[in-house]
Amino acid sequence: MKQKSENGMKLFVPKKAATVLSIFIFIVAVGASAFRNDAPVKQITFSTINRDSVESVQAFEIVYKTLMSPRCMNCHPAGDVPLQGDDSHLHAMGPKRGLDGKGVYAMKCSNCHQETNIAGLHMPPGNPEWHLPPAAMKMVFQGKSAHELAKQLVDKKQNGNKDIKKLIEHADDGLVLAGWDPGEGRTLPPVTHAEFKKAWITWLQSGAYAPKK
Amino acid sequence: MAKITLNINKKDYPLDADPQMPLLWAIRDLAGLKGTKYGCGVAQCGACVVHLDGEAVRSCVTKVSRAAGKKVVTIEGLSETNSHPVQKAWQEIDVPQCGYCHSGQIMSAAVLLREKPNPTNQDIDDAMAGNICRCGTYLRIREAIHTAAELQKKAGTKG
Repeated sequence: MKQKSENGMKLFVPKKAATVLSIFIFIVAVGASAFRNDAPVKQITFSTINRDSVESVQAFEIVYKTLMSPRCMNCHPAGDVPLQGDDSHLHAMGPKRGLDGKGVYAMKCSNCHQETNIAGLHMPPGNPEWHLPPAAMKMVFQGKSAHELAKQLVDKKQNGNKDIKKLIEHADDGLVLAGWDPGEGRTLPPVTHAEFKKAWITWLQSGAYAPKK
Repeated sequence: MAKITLNINKKDYPLDADPQMPLLWAIRDLAGLKGTKYGCGVAQCGACVVHLDGEAVRSCVTKVSRAAGKKVVTIEGLSETNSHPVQKAWQEIDVPQCGYCHSGQIMSAAVLLREKPNPTNQDIDDAMAGNICRCGTYLRIREAIHTAAELQKKAGTKG
């Protein structure tokens, strides 16, 4: 009994000390915060992206069938030789990608591809920037499933370090637009550029969801 | 028609030409330099290759307007005395059969050797795949390019 009483006294003292110490720390903290002169925490903003997986995946169907059409895919081959024609056969003469995507030695893209399309059936189409993606970032479309391509398109390590803003801007890139001006003897992509752009932006702004397959 | 001055083989040629005219037409018919050949007219065979600011362009699909203000070099201007390593190698190996495609072959090979002084067979195939030879002199072309690489090395020149 006596022993219990002594133990109770021993416990009470630290509890009391801890309470006093806590009150002291609280007072000091409140006092100190009153003299802070740094900016308040910024107001939390919520992303304006409307994350809608159904809308996003539906939009990507249009994006995917466009990007896999010969006018887009032919310059995004799985190998290092560009593709050609509506059947996406290997480019005649077998020109190679090269490090910068602009060909090699005497076989550079611009040796044949001029700044504009050349008149005549199946003549070389033209654009001032005609090239494949560079060797360090091949941006392959050929053979990719919708799921794989969607993931790749928003991966900065595989898309030329483009964020969502740059990806949206890319819809109006000169070479992208060239797909809708392919020269005589070549079919157009399956939708108009305006329809593609709308689907592209919808897909990106609704969360850039990848289809399951 | 328009007044266009082309610099071909270090010489200015004031020409009266449609800016859309193929460079090949201007070189052959207006400047009178017949060494560059017309083969297919659709950039498929390489017989018409000339250098435009050092690049091996196909003059049959290159518009005159693109060449304005740039330096054009044809087979006649590759060297002043036919002494370019590729020309010497072509003679040494006796590469041509009919010869029609060879001005284009030589101009393409010269670009290859400038950019890759010691090309492998794969480099040669990659560079020359766009130059077609109906006589099938491909093996001699390859041998001559290796020879030209040696000559270039000995001479201490580059392309």
